[in-house]
Amino acid sequence: MSKVRLATAWLGGCSGCHMSFLDMDAWLFELAAVANVVYSPIADVKAFPPDVDITLVEGAVANEDNAELARDIRANSKVVLSFGDCAVTGNVTAMRNPLGDPAGILEAVYVKAPDRDGMLPVEAGIVPPLLPRVLPLHKVIKVDAYLPGCPPPADRIQRAIEALLDGDPSRITGEDIRFG
Amino acid sequence: METLPALPVRTSGLAEEDRTVKNMVVIDPVTRIEGHAKITIALDDSGSVSDCRFHVTEFRGFEEFCKGRPVWEMPSLTARTCGICPVSHLLASAKAGDAIMGVKIPDTAVKLRRIVNLGQIIQSHALSFFHLSAPDLLLGLDSDPAARNVFGLMAEEPELARRGIMLRSFGQGVIESIAGRKVHSPGILPGGIAEQMTEETRERLIEGLVEARKTAEDALVLFTGMLDTFDREVRAFGSFPSLYLGLANDDGLWEHYDGYLKVVDAGGKTVADGVAPADYRSIIGEAGRRDSYLKSPYFKPNVGPDDDPLDGMYRVGPLARLNVCERMGVPAADEALTEYRERAGGVASSSFFYHYARLIEILAATERMANHLADDTVTGPHVRAYAGVNQHHAVGVSEAPRGTLFHEYHVDDHGVLTDVNMIIATGQNNLPMNETVLQIAKEWIDGPSIPEGILNRIEAGIRAYDPCLSCSTHAIGMMPLVVSLVAADGEVLSEVRRG
Repeated sequence: MSKVRLATAWLGGCSGCHMSFLDMDAWLFELAAVANVVYSPIADVKAFPPDVDITLVEGAVANEDNAELARDIRANSKVVLSFGDCAVTGNVTAMRNPLGDPAGILEAVYVKAPDRDGMLPVEAGIVPPLLPRVLPLHKVIKVDAYLPGCPPPADRIQRAIEALLDGDPSRITGEDIRFG
Repeated sequence: METLPALPVRTSGLAEEDRTVKNMVVIDPVTRIEGHAKITIALDDSGSVSDCRFHVTEFRGFEEFCKGRPVWEMPSLTARTCGICPVSHLLASAKAGDAIMGVKIPDTAVKLRRIVNLGQIIQSHALSFFHLSAPDLLLGLDSDPAARNVFGLMAEEPELARRGIMLRSFGQGVIESIAGRKVHSPGILPGGIAEQMTEETRERLIEGLVEARKTAEDALVLFTGMLDTFDREVRAFGSFPSLYLGLANDDGLWEHYDGYLKVVDAGGKTVADGVAPADYRSIIGEAGRRDSYLKSPYFKPNVGPDDDPLDGMYRVGPLARLNVCERMGVPAADEALTEYRERAGGVASSSFFYHYARLIEILAATERMANHLADDTVTGPHVRAYAGVNQHHAVGVSEAPRGTLFHEYHVDDHGVLTDVNMIIATGQNNLPMNETVLQIAKEWIDGPSIPEGILNRIEAGIRAYDPCLSCSTHAIGMMPLVVSLVAADGEVLSEVRRG
């Protein structure tokens, strides 16, 4: 049997969900026996590949690069898991939303705060413009399953991946989808 | 689905830079680093490198949205700047909270906080060495990119990968045992620690230290054994003079939690000493950049109004801490430090030595932790001080795995934040990281056709710093790595995206 093609992606967030993923420790060897990790921030493939079976997406959609990657993921993944509170609700990444237009925040941080050379980071094609509001993943692409937690503990992630490997996302339930 | 309009962030006061890109190589994203980044490489008409820059593409805005939050909430909230080193933020924030309360926290709480930070140094350094950089060092900088990752390492070197994974797991377990969780622990608070440590935990940690220390020692033997084969990388991976900044104490010992700021120069001479963390602004300034969400801190005394911030370039993190301290203060790590300094010829000025310094710090952390755990007061019941708001301004500092971290808070009478500033470890390495990618690009690139292995070397130069970009652009950002090839007249010759 060919191995499952698994991907993990990191949008606007702190990488804590990926750290919790690595906290699965020895189980990572078992995972590697049944799945190939074909795209991940901890691997060197630069463009999201085609025909991915399962993608775990950490983080909210905060800038144009995030939105582009999210659409790439959807177009090339059979199953997308909204992975952790920032992807599920926006969480801490979305705490800038009540402040309104991010132009004002950028002005305060990059123009007023520095001791010298205050300027907006706006290099076209390099620094991705911020979206007006940070959005949870399901506001941008269709999501097939949710795993909340800030971050979700490793044992929950393991059970969620096992459910997805068995093709049964409805098994991600009960205590495993409690927030906190 | 919502539509996503682009945000017009350009201001009228800032003219678009007039440059037509002719030859631009873009590495996007930089991978196996803790954050979002691009690198751009500019080539002139003859195919020589004219510039190479590192860009952070991520921004989240903590300093702004933390205003109005209570100081008591800040450790938990700011931990979310970073999932890799949340303990650093917990500690810097809790220490700022201690100072707002005006309390001296119980000795047991200090020891527990120190143990938690040592646990974090172990787990974060293990992640950097085994999960992120060992694929370059052991599988090869030119090896197949599809397998050049921790899973490739698990397939090729399963025993080494397993030990790396278990070393990180031990560090994470220390954090969980004392502070409640592996990531974003709730147990570090203004005033101390939430819960007393049990004797069972203490015994379990002492037991776990045996294997952790052995792994650290073996990794050092492995690394020093292959150091000679990386001669060119040692010479060209960010090998240049700079200043070094870190926490220091009166005994000259390696410090990671308390003390004052010390800066040494490339010759090892002390240029600033005994600076209270609360006075950090007297020596650290910040400059903005057009092409990155990451600002560039610099050493203020060296930079006049007309000078380039590069004149004040300094490095932080393992390399800097080992240059700033006189001794590690524990026997095995001190022996390793002696050999390290012999190999470096005194002050270590190659960023490739970050890897080496990181391994010595893991070893030192296991020895230090053993000493703390041998102290019976570590399980004492008095772990927290209580007080209200007694000061309106405070600075909390800690040594994060990747360098010195500052949290500065202003609060009102109720402890509600009115102003926040955070100086993040990785940000302070922004100038040297940019110099490093330029040095590597100039050393290896010859003409517009750039092999993948060379692009990976440029990324590996960044990985040596173990940058934490979600932290460093806590402001509200992310860091992309793009390589662009730009002709001498500014015309971009081409854009290369690796895929």
